[in-house]
Amino acid sequence: MPLNNDHMALTVRDVHKSYGTLEVLKGISLEAAKGDVVSIIGSSGSGKSTFLRCINFLEIPDAGSFRINGEDVEFRKGRDGKSQPSNWRQIERMRSGLGMVFQSFNLWPHMTILQNVIEAPVHVLKVDRKTAVEKAEGLLAKVGLYEKKDSYPAFLSGGQQQRASIARALCVDPAVMLFDEPTSALDPELVGEVLKVIRGLAEEGRTMLMVTHEMKFARDVSTRVMFLHQGQVEEVGPPSQVFGAPTSARCREFIAAGTH
Amino acid sequence: MDFSWIIPYRDLLLHGAVLTCVLLAISVTLGFGIAILLAVAQVGRSRFLRIAAKSYCTFFRGTPLLIQLWLIYYGLGSYLPHIPGLRGSFLWPVMREGVFFAAVALTLNFAAYQGEILRGTLLAVPKGELEAAKAAGMRPGMVLRRIWLPRAIRIGLPTFAGEVILQLKATPIVFSVTVMDLYGAAYKIRQDTLLVYEPLILVATFYVTLTFFITQVFKRFENALPTSR
Repeated sequence: MPLNNDHMALTVRDVHKSYGTLEVLKGISLEAAKGDVVSIIGSSGSGKSTFLRCINFLEIPDAGSFRINGEDVEFRKGRDGKSQPSNWRQIERMRSGLGMVFQSFNLWPHMTILQNVIEAPVHVLKVDRKTAVEKAEGLLAKVGLYEKKDSYPAFLSGGQQQRASIARALCVDPAVMLFDEPTSALDPELVGEVLKVIRGLAEEGRTMLMVTHEMKFARDVSTRVMFLHQGQVEEVGPPSQVFGAPTSARCREFIAAGTH
Repeated sequence: MDFSWIIPYRDLLLHGAVLTCVLLAISVTLGFGIAILLAVAQVGRSRFLRIAAKSYCTFFRGTPLLIQLWLIYYGLGSYLPHIPGLRGSFLWPVMREGVFFAAVALTLNFAAYQGEILRGTLLAVPKGELEAAKAAGMRPGMVLRRIWLPRAIRIGLPTFAGEVILQLKATPIVFSVTVMDLYGAAYKIRQDTLLVYEPLILVATFYVTLTFFITQVFKRFENALPTSR
């Protein structure tokens, strides 16, 4: 284990993924140091969500190497010739150290907000319930939902549900937060409240990967921006470069279309 | 209308009513347990279990309950005494009674219907909720126990009430294997008193009342779970 890699939260190399004959990811690499906020942008079908979902193995990549929070993911060849994780226990352990926020919130509707937030700490990480509740209440206060803690998700607005799901992801102390288009399913007037929470997390120095269509937001909070096009990294760099002076023509067009 | 027989036959009626309720409770409770296994097997990865569960459901949903009851009563019933040691065991007094075979048939039948419903509701749980559970690091068993099944059962709750009511109305069939349930009591009263309608009216009233209570219980249950999705 090389010591100079210890400040890396995530090193992903050469990720490939196909659905049948459709190649969605054609070799994507990404490094994120601790504290990095990486925004992944690109048009629909560019593979950005698939790439994010490969990182916590909700999609199984066909090829690629993954080093997450100092641990290498081991692969073996499956019966169909494609690679798959050789140890699902490792994947499950790794997932519990990643906080995922979905486009459609995906709160568990049969549990109250508080129960949603303490579910993973109590049942996966086996944290003592009292400790978990205290922590969850603190996080819910932080996202402005303390007084909603005993409500069921169905009684919350989209923005509130998304903030609750951010609290749920935070409650396991994730090494990396993964956001999959966190504001795309929200009414325009609710987007702001969610972005405010995410901005707060970025300012705390949390490591985050974020697939987003919010260009202005990505420009403001990111340390790095990655532009994907047809399953490949077309442009990557600090926001000033990607938004200000992109070298790729595709990226230039995309930015121009997005800011008008 | 002559209802003067109620008092002399009250013990028989009461006994029958209790037996009907017991058969309903046993078959619904045990049947639901088996149904969970059948449903999980049908959505699981094992091809063998999937086919086995599917065949079970197809058989028990595809044949009349009366025939299942008779197959179990006359078939299984005549085979059991040949199992060495069973006749001497403490289970025998229960296992030689018609009510035992009635409970078995009702349970197996209920399990098949409920298993098929639960299979559907398991598939109806939004995929995203399961992904959220996986993303949180849950193992497959925990996803099933904590998220998938509880959600599927809640989605199926309105249909579950209907299934229990259907099951209640299926119970009189046990009279055909000598079980003196409520309908059996009415039959006996008819034989003794030559009154046809009055006992049947009483029995019908009982079933309606019980149905009403079952509906109320489930209504409360559903209201107590305020998940609007």
